Amino acid sequence: MMPEISLNILDVAENSIRAQATFVAVTVDVQPEEDIMTVTIGDNGRGMTPEEAANAEDPFFTTRTTRKVGLGIPFFRQAAEGTGGSFRIDSEKGKGTTVKAVFGLSHIDRMPLGDISSVIYTLIVFNEQIRFRYTYTYAEKSFVLDTLELREILGDDISLREPEVSAFIKEYLESGKKEADGGTDV
Amino acid sequence: MKSLEELRAIRAKMQGRVGVRAENEKQTRVVVGMATCGIASGARPVLTALSDAVQEQGLSDKINVTQTGCIGLCQYEPIVEVMEPGKEKVTYVKMTPEKALEVLRLHLLGGQVVAKYTLSAAQDKTQ
Repeated sequence: MMPEISLNILDVAENSIRAQATFVAVTVDVQPEEDIMTVTIGDNGRGMTPEEAANAEDPFFTTRTTRKVGLGIPFFRQAAEGTGGSFRIDSEKGKGTTVKAVFGLSHIDRMPLGDISSVIYTLIVFNEQIRFRYTYTYAEKSFVLDTLELREILGDDISLREPEVSAFIKEYLESGKKEADGGTDV
Repeated sequence: MKSLEELRAIRAKMQGRVGVRAENEKQTRVVVGMATCGIASGARPVLTALSDAVQEQGLSDKINVTQTGCIGLCQYEPIVEVMEPGKEKVTYVKMTPEKALEVLRLHLLGGQVVAKYTLSAAQDKTQ
């Protein structure tokens, strides 16, 4: 199990990267009134056939050759379903994959969201070639970071890993989240 | 809240002094395993600690911190591999941010392999 939901998000988004996605959309939608939290990770990677998608849920199936088990998706499913939520994978060969996990927000077994801003930061800064769009919603308020916007400002010759730029991204993510949820622990 | 205007200011300030920082053969590569096994064992803070330290100390011309998938040694995660040009790869296992910074200081900057954290040290212990 992952100790934080944000690490499930990182893990599944790494799958998108390995599936050669050029665009990855991550959304975290917290709705206290309805008592749910919805997480989606969508990509335009190579996608899966229905058979491959079914395999992705099987811990003893993996496409990698370095080990024989693949626990990323089963971990995520278990984390969601254990809170009375739901989990699904929609995928189309050649089009991309979307993973959606719904959590019971106040359920005792729900893992904390954890340091989502750091996870998004890690994804963005270490995978510059990929466009990420991150949306964090708390009740009515949303914060969106689209790396396409960052690129438009920076041009092509400044790396996101330049200290000033990466420091900005980190603070921008943290302040955006705080603006949306008022610093509530999710 | 911070605004993207600040990024515009950063861009203006950096203009002119940024060369293309291509990866080159003289660079040391530091690779952190970031598959399910690595992430579940705490690889993310290790990656951030290394990358932040390299940036803060102005070492990014010499050291390139990147991530990779599963290396196949899941029981030893988090794993950090150090690949110096012309030298054999050194695999550090069961890393924490603190140990990784020690590796940065002693190995990457000091040139001394931190033997106690290497894969072979860990394997000797279990035998």
